[in-house]
Amino acid sequence: MSASDANLDHELHSHGDTHGHGSTKSYLVGFLLSVALTAIPFWLVMSGITPANWTAAIVIVCAVVQIIVHTICFLHVTTSAEGGWTLLSYAFTAVILFITIAGSLWIMYHLNTNMMPGMMTGEVSTTP
Amino acid sequence: MENIWKIIFGRLGWDSFPFYDPIILSTFIVVILGGVGVLAALTKFKLWGYLWREWFTSVDHKKIGIMYIVLATVMLLRGFADAIMMRLQQSVAFGANEGYLNAHHFDQVFTAHGTIMIFFVAIPLISGVINFVMPLQIGARDVAFPYLNNLSFWLTASGAALVMASLFVGEFSTGGWLNYVPVTNLENSPGVGPDYYLWALQIAGVGTTLSAINMVATVIKMRAPGMTMMKMPVFVWTAFCSQALAIAIFPVLTAAFAMLMLDRYLGFNFFTNDLGGNPMMYWNLVWIWGHPEVYVLILPVFGIYSEVTSTFTGKRLFGYSSMVYATVVITILSYLVWLHHFFTMGSGASVNSFFGIATMVISIPTGAKIFNWLFTMYRGDIRFELPMMWVVAFMLTFVVGGMTGVLLAVPPADFVLHNSLFLVAHFHNVIIGGVIFGLFAGIEYWFPKAFGFKLDKFWGKVHFWGWVIGYWVAWTPIYIVGLMGVTRRLRWIEDPSLQPYFIVAAIGAFIILIGITGFLIGLVVSIMKREQLRDHTGDPWGGRTLEWSTSSPPPAYNFAFTPRVHDLDAWYDMKSRGYERPLTGFKPIHMPKPTATGVYQAGLATVLGFAMVWYMWWLAALAFIGLLVVTIAHTFNYDRDYYIPAEEVERIEKARAEPSLEPRKGPNPDPEPTGPFAPAGA
Amino acid sequence: MATTYDQASQEAALSETFHLVEDEHGHGHGSPTLLGFWIYMMSDALIFAALFATYGVLSTSFAGGPVPQDVFDLRLVALNTAFLLVSSITYGFGMLAMERGQKGTVQLWLLVTALLGIAFVGVELYEFNHFAHEGAVPQRSGYWSGVWTLVGTHGLHVSVGILWIGIMMVQVAQRGLIEANKRRLMCLGMFWHLLDVVWIGVFTYVYLLGMIR
Repeated sequence: MSASDANLDHELHSHGDTHGHGSTKSYLVGFLLSVALTAIPFWLVMSGITPANWTAAIVIVCAVVQIIVHTICFLHVTTSAEGGWTLLSYAFTAVILFITIAGSLWIMYHLNTNMMPGMMTGEVSTTP
Repeated sequence: MENIWKIIFGRLGWDSFPFYDPIILSTFIVVILGGVGVLAALTKFKLWGYLWREWFTSVDHKKIGIMYIVLATVMLLRGFADAIMMRLQQSVAFGANEGYLNAHHFDQVFTAHGTIMIFFVAIPLISGVINFVMPLQIGARDVAFPYLNNLSFWLTASGAALVMASLFVGEFSTGGWLNYVPVTNLENSPGVGPDYYLWALQIAGVGTTLSAINMVATVIKMRAPGMTMMKMPVFVWTAFCSQALAIAIFPVLTAAFAMLMLDRYLGFNFFTNDLGGNPMMYWNLVWIWGHPEVYVLILPVFGIYSEVTSTFTGKRLFGYSSMVYATVVITILSYLVWLHHFFTMGSGASVNSFFGIATMVISIPTGAKIFNWLFTMYRGDIRFELPMMWVVAFMLTFVVGGMTGVLLAVPPADFVLHNSLFLVAHFHNVIIGGVIFGLFAGIEYWFPKAFGFKLDKFWGKVHFWGWVIGYWVAWTPIYIVGLMGVTRRLRWIEDPSLQPYFIVAAIGAFIILIGITGFLIGLVVSIMKREQLRDHTGDPWGGRTLEWSTSSPPPAYNFAFTPRVHDLDAWYDMKSRGYERPLTGFKPIHMPKPTATGVYQAGLATVLGFAMVWYMWWLAALAFIGLLVVTIAHTFNYDRDYYIPAEEVERIEKARAEPSLEPRKGPNPDPEPTGPFAPAGA
Repeated sequence: MATTYDQASQEAALSETFHLVEDEHGHGHGSPTLLGFWIYMMSDALIFAALFATYGVLSTSFAGGPVPQDVFDLRLVALNTAFLLVSSITYGFGMLAMERGQKGTVQLWLLVTALLGIAFVGVELYEFNHFAHEGAVPQRSGYWSGVWTLVGTHGLHVSVGILWIGIMMVQVAQRGLIEANKRRLMCLGMFWHLLDVVWIGVFTYVYLLGMIR
């Protein structure tokens, strides 16, 4: 149902309706980066080479970077897609996601500590 | 034999029907008789075809908006009946008198009251007003996804149907309007109540989420050329932020309810009291939804106040930019305060302080808005038509509620007032004084646009004074007893010295009932007097935004030519600069076709929900498969649009009377139409 | 205010300030479908946010039952991750073929993507079966409720994606790479890639961090 964009006035494009397109190169680059960013965490955890804290930190960083790689190379999110709204809505969602997860963990950690002693240490429940 | 019965009917049985309770039974009989009467009348006057073609399958945002408002009005009557029942019970049940409602019934009444008022009155009213007004204000012909719009409405109706069904078949939840655990854990509430709640709200929730996505995409993609974000009417900004917020929060509620369903249906341990479950996490999740939700409701209403204030003072809104920034700030902040609903649950000082301060900060942008409205009114040419009266009532009422909110935001104060009637008075104060008064202002304001004639003034004033006086009489005593320590949701109170307060509150509820009756009578009277009240020009109030450039009601396509916008208050700009309505050069107009798919999908969803509530697995499976088939089949239909021929557009445009170009004018001065008059449109 | 046809052209010129004289299509905004679907995916991501948050809260709630070290097999998870990651570029290659108008190539890549997706779901079902055998079921503890729901919801989404790929293959075969089908394929692409993004979160948070503890 959409009009062919080419025929229309420049003015009508004031909102910008470009969406990102890929290329063979961007997909392959993204793929190779993702493979690396997956292999490293798996290897570190499965081999147990690094101390637990370091492993956890590296794993998390690799995940965040890989998400960014996917976002750019596979999802083609750019600052101009849909007049900037693609990126804005993505960023907004990321913020909400962060607040929901971090906020919940923070609150529940405090609630559990204050109200459910024994819970946070993963103690075995005595309920049969 | 027993086994076959159980397989076919699940846990549905004769005892599921309300033969045991005279109140419910008599309501049941009245509703059945009334329902049969309505169906008979529709059949007699051969209205089924009309309803189906013109309304139920319509994808026109104007029709869908009206249907939402009709649904909400019907559900308001049910929700308000629950309110009257509670007031009656609480005005007599003291000391030796146990009142007329037993505990199990009373618990369902307050649960149903809250659930219905928020999910099936407030949300559909907001959806309805945004649906009707927003596309017109941005110069669009419809929303971005018309079929989805229709589906969203029917999914909401489906949820409402399930809630209504629970009154007569089975029972409703007793867990409060948020269906709290641990009350609603399977071991504590093995019955159908919480399941009705969960299915009704999951289905309606899908509708609301889809509708919100629709509205946001519409505002982003379908504004008229020249209407940059900072040239949009304030109502569009508030609708946009409200719906963006809705998109952000409904998924969390969906997830929370899904997890409770998994607990109840499959024995999962998310919110159980043992085996590693954590009931507090349910509270956390539902309030992540619950707090922003009230801002989803109030933001569009702030937009209505802005539109009404500037129109009826004949001035541009004061401080447009600060209104926009305040709206955006409120949207973001509202996502950072949810813990104030459970300060007392034990998260400790650091957490409580953060959320307490964040809660207080939200009052700042809200206060900025109030000042902007006041500054708009200052030195304006104020016309106290009904919409403006509602604005003034809002200002005087809502501000008190906001202040009690800031009081409650202080954690130590909340430790005393949590779950007291003071809290209940606070949120009714802001919801009635804010949301409801605003929606009434909007209805009075946009009714002539939607239907072609104004609402009767006398009954409008009965409506107004009934609500305003009734609100204050009903809720002031509740604030007082709340401060004195009375808890909410009480079916019986030991201390008889508190009774006078509750009697006054009950009187207030009846005054509100007079208001509601005034509204209903006013609708009937206005329809009967419609020729006297007719809006001939499309601009009865001297409006400033684009919807007033169309006829009343607008034609199906809204605008024969897409408007070009140059300034804020686009219609006012056009009127001031000698705008001439073109009467030639029309082109065929591209429109979406009506569709029955949404009706079928929602119907199947209702069956699915009902079957799951009653454990009728075979029926649920059939309904689910049916839903899949209908949905997939719909995707194979590529023929979803048509064109209105140019000649038809020309005929409609020529038949309409000219809008007045007087930029600011009083009540409709044009008693006689200048040409052959026909209400333009479908 | 009556107007005559003589003045029509003059008025039309005047009204061009306030009206768009447009072509047949009547709206020049470009289709809202892609943005609308993107926003829908954002809302879907937030369902996962709530599930991640709940998993996090329950991540040590073993209730004396099986712990992840008892039943997780990271080699299987690595295999699954490979399936999904490869399926992302096979879908990407399909999109490139779509832009070149190569219907047959599109169908081929769609098929490969679907097969990889089926492999993914198959491995997950095998995995869950193993969990069940070891008593690592949702009914045993809050922890396993969290794992099954988070991983299972993702798997359900992948399954819906596979069904959608099948439908697209039929619709592309029937009508070719028309505008509507191309839009749908782009929406499916967003869906598929975002599922891979969610999977990054899942394998990191549930499996890797779960095994480190």
